[in-house]
Amino acid sequence: MTRVKNRAARGRLHGWGGVTGMAVACVVTASLTLLPLAHGDGTFGGRSAGHDASASMPDRAETCKDPEASVPASDADGPSIEKIKQRGKLIAGVDQNSFQWGYRNPESRTLEGFDIDLVRAIAEDILGDRDAVIFRAIPTNQRIAALEHDKVDVVVRTMTINCERAGQVAFSTAYFQAGQQVLAPKESSIEGYDKSLKGKRVCTAEGSTAYDALNEESFGAVFRDEHDETGLDEDLLTVPNQLDCLVRLQLGEVDAVVTDNALAAGQAAQDPAVELKGDKPFTTEYYGVAAKLGADDLVARVNHVLDDYRRGGDDSPWMTSYREWLATGLPGITGPPAPKYRSN
Amino acid sequence: MTYPPSGTAPREPGTDRSSAPVTVPAQRGGVRTAAERLRAAATTEPGRLRIAGAALALLVVAFGAVTFLEISGRASSADDVVTRSQPLSADAARIYRSLADADTMAASGFLAGAQEPPDVLARYDADIKEASRLLVEAAASTDASTSSHREITTLSEQLPEYTGLVERARANNRQGLPLGGAYLRYANQKMTAELLPAAERLYAAETGRLAADSADARQFPFLSLGAGVVALAALVWMQRRNYRRTNRVFNHGLLAATAAAAVVLLWLAVGHTLARADLRSATVHGQESLDVLNKARINSLKARSNENLTLVARGAVLTPDGTDQYETDYSTGMKELGAQLRSAEELADDLTGSEPVGRAIDSVSEWQERHKKARTTDDRGEYDSALQQIIGPENSTGQSFERVDDALEKALAHEQDEFDAAAEDGRGALGGLPIGAAVLAVLGAAAAVVGVNRRLSEYR
Repeated sequence: MTRVKNRAARGRLHGWGGVTGMAVACVVTASLTLLPLAHGDGTFGGRSAGHDASASMPDRAETCKDPEASVPASDADGPSIEKIKQRGKLIAGVDQNSFQWGYRNPESRTLEGFDIDLVRAIAEDILGDRDAVIFRAIPTNQRIAALEHDKVDVVVRTMTINCERAGQVAFSTAYFQAGQQVLAPKESSIEGYDKSLKGKRVCTAEGSTAYDALNEESFGAVFRDEHDETGLDEDLLTVPNQLDCLVRLQLGEVDAVVTDNALAAGQAAQDPAVELKGDKPFTTEYYGVAAKLGADDLVARVNHVLDDYRRGGDDSPWMTSYREWLATGLPGITGPPAPKYRSN
Repeated sequence: MTYPPSGTAPREPGTDRSSAPVTVPAQRGGVRTAAERLRAAATTEPGRLRIAGAALALLVVAFGAVTFLEISGRASSADDVVTRSQPLSADAARIYRSLADADTMAASGFLAGAQEPPDVLARYDADIKEASRLLVEAAASTDASTSSHREITTLSEQLPEYTGLVERARANNRQGLPLGGAYLRYANQKMTAELLPAAERLYAAETGRLAADSADARQFPFLSLGAGVVALAALVWMQRRNYRRTNRVFNHGLLAATAAAAVVLLWLAVGHTLARADLRSATVHGQESLDVLNKARINSLKARSNENLTLVARGAVLTPDGTDQYETDYSTGMKELGAQLRSAEELADDLTGSEPVGRAIDSVSEWQERHKKARTTDDRGEYDSALQQIIGPENSTGQSFERVDDALEKALAHEQDEFDAAAEDGRGALGGLPIGAAVLAVLGAAAAVVGVNRRLSEYR
């Protein structure tokens, strides 16, 4: 349309008249096409994605004072236990990429690690067979969804107990004390979770505690992908699995990784050129076994298993498993964290 | 024969008359006298004959020249189809396939354990070598300004990155470190998000060029045909005029000129129609089948890759709604593959073409059945058994995949032969036409002049 108009104008008017005519035509067409855009922009409003999540947070924090407190241990049967017994197999959501926690040994092709030992102990208690387990590998951001959709009975997957999650799943008593820590190359100028992170590219797993921690205080670190939490996520700084962070780190695409020290130790065990930075974790977290919200009979049973698991001092199953998998990466731990139970 | 001066003269007054009155003095006199002479000549019969003879010769020569130029263009496009754009398109398809195949092999070898099977390793190496070699060749035969060249650059830059990631995956896997699986997934991400799309765009660009060349060659030669009709009509008119004035039926020179022009016109019409038909058949029966089959093959490779990665990743990457990303990609790929094979079967126009496609379709359904079983096994938690059902030597999805791949390779080879034969025929149909048209036109023009001179001599 405009081109035709312009040509007509050029035909009628010559010299300056023509130029002016064209200029006028351009301005008119430009304003006509741009104006609706300017209006539309106004109606779109700001990004609202983050608002809902943060608005609901304080709510939960008020009702949740002590997320580590779980239902009292019991070996009584209930509907959830009954379901597992009928099936004859416990379905456990685990990780297969967490070295020393839950990982598939390519040589023996079996899953191994501290979490796997615990799952087997639960299966032995409920079903009398430590091999009566179906392991399902689930990624970090699907742990809760897998429980909600009944894809798994329990998640034993280095899962941190916190208030937000305590409203979505039922946690057992804590079976491990961990904390977020920074992992970086040994020569790196990064010293820990502090100002040395400024301007550095930091990798975290999508939906992880580490990501939330950076969201609250990042010390100027770059840690978000442009399209986080959408289908277009670039998977550069936030990745599906914490181990993907070590890949990015080795390739020089990120400068540091923030994750649980327990997982970070597993990463350091696979790469002698990186180490945990800072004296100790900058948070204190507890790992718990998660079950579907409301499956209190199963949680009580798991707590019962954990009681047995912790018992026995240095020769307890807990310490045996610790020495086998974790002592090299995380030395100096003398025993499991003490269980906390709800008073009511 | 004694004509040249007035042979060129008739055109100039025609163009000059409108703008003549203005200046430019020097040559004006010459032109004006020539124009006056021509006007004077047109008043006598010998003069009119001279002018008509010149015009006839000119028309016949022009017909020959236009035919020569136009058909040379068509013939060179047809030649491009056979010797340039089809091979380049086939090479682009081969680059695309090699890359997809390499990715499939990398995942298969990885799944087999720390010690990768030698045949899988060898196939991966061959794929990478072929892709690198073809990229170098393609770079040499593409213009630096084209989009194809951009894609080739992207591919050449990314390929070493990809192989680097695969090597890291292997090194870590060999040590039993789970990091290997993470590297393999990253390599696959590079392949599917960057390399394969670039290869696909390259293939599309080269195939587009092939279609354009073929369309150019098939374009109807309107100018030549028009010129031929005009020349023939003028010759007939001249002979009719002769007949009316002299009552003589035949003038040998003019008759020969008419024959020459008619032969050229016929040759032109038949030759190009044949070439059109052949090139069209190459496009319809060959290229369209090749295109669908190439895409089907890529999809089968991608599906196989995703199937393998489902076992490597085991839920490490999920879609937003919580299903396994690789399994979802496998399903979409297989669906596309099925649709493409069905349309390939429809396109196949003989038994040799449809037989391998039919086999591929059967193998695909076998593959899907086995895949479903393997998934159920894996979901039960029996990883080892599921692994055997995927990469084992017998009754595995891997076996079905190989069958699909073999069948598609056969079908592709057949369609390529069909294309080559038809395109070669099309190119042949235009062979000799430009030169023949030029020679016949010159002879025809000469004959026309001789014929008119014969009439003219009667006035001396």
